[in-house]
Amino acid sequence: MTDIDPQEHLSQIPHAAALGLELISHAGDTCETRIRNAAHLVGDPDTGVIHGGAITAMLDNVSGMVARPEHMPREKAAIATLDLRIDYMGAADPSKDIHARAHCFKRTRNVAFVRAVAYQDSPDDPIATSTATFMLGTRNEPGKP
Amino acid sequence: MKLLDEMHARGDGRDVVWLLQQIPYARFLGLQVELVGEEVMTVLPFAEHLVGNTNLPAVHGGAVGAVLEITAQLQLIHDTASERLPKTIDVSIDYLRSVGPKTTYGRAIVTRRGRRVANVRAELWQDSRDKPVAAAHGHFLLAPL
Repeated sequence: MTDIDPQEHLSQIPHAAALGLELISHAGDTCETRIRNAAHLVGDPDTGVIHGGAITAMLDNVSGMVARPEHMPREKAAIATLDLRIDYMGAADPSKDIHARAHCFKRTRNVAFVRAVAYQDSPDDPIATSTATFMLGTRNEPGKP
Repeated sequence: MKLLDEMHARGDGRDVVWLLQQIPYARFLGLQVELVGEEVMTVLPFAEHLVGNTNLPAVHGGAVGAVLEITAQLQLIHDTASERLPKTIDVSIDYLRSVGPKTTYGRAIVTRRGRRVANVRAELWQDSRDKPVAAAHGHFLLAPL
């Protein structure tokens, strides 16, 4: 199996690259990514605070990265987000990076359950948390129109 | 001048078309908005930098979530001529179909508006409104935290 490494995979996702998502670590069922606040991600021009949507995208992406079982080759099957629930605990400090850490705490034959947290100083002081479920082994080629 | 103050000063406290243009993150997504009667309709033209899965191809789940959230917020602002931007408390997203390489449309309904919190449902579709590609419901804070 010649699966590509997670950093390479991340940089090949156009939207992740456009957001500036960086891989910090990926081991087993846990993954951590980082995003730097940038001018194009601002949601509130009055304060410079990053838009919640960018945090949503970050949590979705980092959660998806741990959902896939290690033995499942990327080229054979995709995973699909079934649902994603996000709680926003507070505005991010525009001067600091945002980290997102995800952990897949249960996988069944068809479904992966993932929790993630977005934070700046410490995961114990989150700016957002999420719970997501993913369908494993979905179609990964264009369907019929 | 604060964004919403400026919107009110311009003579229309419900001018969501102008408001969206002021948000850098919305410009990054390429998101547009139209008013259809009293309904806010968001329009997301397909673009390469939105892609989350290059094989299908499909729009990134995070971008989908962001558009649902922005659609809900714009409908709230339009309904209330709010003095402050509604803050997302939580949002729960269902991914229903693959969001393909074509234009996506969004609508939202404010299901309940209290003094401090509003409940909003939002939906995205591509080919036909009765075939939604994603749906969300969320709680938004109208009063200071």
